[in-house]
Amino acid sequence: MKKRWARRHIVEAIFKVLMLVSFAVVAGSLTLILWTIVSKGLPAMSWAMLTQTPTGGYYLGKTGGILNAILGSLYMAGGGTLLAFIFGLPIALYLETYLGNLAWSRYVRLALDVLWGIPSIVYGAFGFLFMLAIGMRASLLGGIIALTLLELPIMTRAMDEVIRMMPQDLTQAALALGSTRLEVALRVVTRQMLPGLVTAVLLALGRGIGDAASVLFTAGYTDRLPTSLLRPAASLPLAVYFQLSMPYPEVQKRAYAAALILTLIVLAVSLGSRWLAGRLNKHVIR
Amino acid sequence: MSQTTLIIAGEGRKNRPSLVSRRRNDSLAARLFFVFSVIPVALAILILVMLVYKSWPLLSTHSIWQLLTGQVWKPEEGLFGFWPFIAGTFWVTLAALILAVPPCLLTSIYLSEYAGHSLRMLMKPLLDLLAAIPSVVYGVWGTLAIVPLIQNHLIPFIHKHFGSIPLISSKNPTGFGILAGGIVLAIMIMPFIIAVLYEILDNVPKGLKEASLAVGTTKLQTVRWAILPRVLPGLVAGIVLGASRALGETMAVLMVVGNVVQVPHALLDAAYPLPALIANNYGEMMSIPLYDSALMTAALILLIIILLFNIGSALVLRRVLGRKWV
Repeated sequence: MKKRWARRHIVEAIFKVLMLVSFAVVAGSLTLILWTIVSKGLPAMSWAMLTQTPTGGYYLGKTGGILNAILGSLYMAGGGTLLAFIFGLPIALYLETYLGNLAWSRYVRLALDVLWGIPSIVYGAFGFLFMLAIGMRASLLGGIIALTLLELPIMTRAMDEVIRMMPQDLTQAALALGSTRLEVALRVVTRQMLPGLVTAVLLALGRGIGDAASVLFTAGYTDRLPTSLLRPAASLPLAVYFQLSMPYPEVQKRAYAAALILTLIVLAVSLGSRWLAGRLNKHVIR
Repeated sequence: MSQTTLIIAGEGRKNRPSLVSRRRNDSLAARLFFVFSVIPVALAILILVMLVYKSWPLLSTHSIWQLLTGQVWKPEEGLFGFWPFIAGTFWVTLAALILAVPPCLLTSIYLSEYAGHSLRMLMKPLLDLLAAIPSVVYGVWGTLAIVPLIQNHLIPFIHKHFGSIPLISSKNPTGFGILAGGIVLAIMIMPFIIAVLYEILDNVPKGLKEASLAVGTTKLQTVRWAILPRVLPGLVAGIVLGASRALGETMAVLMVVGNVVQVPHALLDAAYPLPALIANNYGEMMSIPLYDSALMTAALILLIIILLFNIGSALVLRRVLGRKWV
């Protein structure tokens, strides 16, 4: 009896150590990635990287920067997020406030889940086919459309999960006071759930900025600043990828710097959403 | 509270909208929102139809069985065998899963059963950050940290001490290969899997744990005998969901996996997964007949595999959690 007692506690102790090790692996990998990106990217960072476009011999190691890619990424992800928001918020509100548990809401949620699972390269290919069909060439607008498709299910489903947490008594109180469903959706649900909705939007924005595969064929790449919706536009992930595949160390170093810029933007969005969600609590009724 | 209520009631506003117009707005919005909600359904169907339509020229002229199992990929000669790419996709995904599942399982058990409040609160932003890092950055990290590690340390070590082990050692002298892809992918899907597993474990009724602990088991015994049997289908489904993420990942894998058209036989071989095939060749496909159709077929195969994984795991998760998670 005594021996058995001892053994199960030894097993417990061993597993506890293993668990702590795995926890350390997960936490350590994040630190390791950030450390690698910062330590390689920081030496190659310069003011020119942020404020100039590539000059003639940029891809051979001459001067210039990747302002074209930074702006392109911000435009594309901004546009994609805006469009996804315009369609996504009504859908999410409609699912819960109007439909409740009707069959149609199950189909829409299923479709959103399926879309969420579709890899971004398939969105890229689909977007490209779509653009071919309507006679459009790789352009800023194409990139925005591809990112909208990519972000719509992420944002809508995240918003939907948030809206489902809406306290039922609050909805019912508003309805009992005579408000229509639209008024409940726009004036009660969106206020009460504002922090969560903002998080959902920023989650989608972060995904959009970092995605390379979907803009590869739809937005193309150019060394110029994006000025027209119908011209090709550069993006940060592709700037990283293209520069890394160049054989010159000088250019590869800039890829590290570009990766650092991209990481900082994405981390800022992620941390910013946390901070903002904390600040937006004032309309929330507890 | 009072402010919100006032606005809802419409008081404090000069022009109170009439009930008729409020009703009309409500039903107009209902129609508009319904049209919006058709978009995701239509989009899902449209993507599938468009891919089938575009891959039809290839599918109608070649036997599907030959396409799926053919090992020769020579688009110029009209030979389209997808097996190297399908095998590469599964090799990389399997490697990622083998690496990711044990730490994910242990971490999520630790978080749900052992860890204190502060550690749990710390884990959430940590996982969010890990999930937020773009895949191209993972790719850069892979080429900077993982590939040299494999090339300079692991490969010489294996050659020196183990000679040739089947399924592991390879003639591929570079670090670019399945193992590098698997490691990078494993870390990419970890936050995702941990989040799902943690939610499942956290969903187990407290009474069950307490009953088990009350008869004198250790925490680990409780996990093993009271919790795991109950949540096993959910855990498997969560892992399958993670696998479907890994299957479609493009950029990070593309950058470290070597991209050699061959059927891989060992962990250190180079591979060429389906997403990489699409991404690498889309630019130059136009000049070769059926090439664009072949790439769309690749996208279609990828999509079908992922849909099967997703729908299967969603059905199980729906039963386990009482609602769908993703």
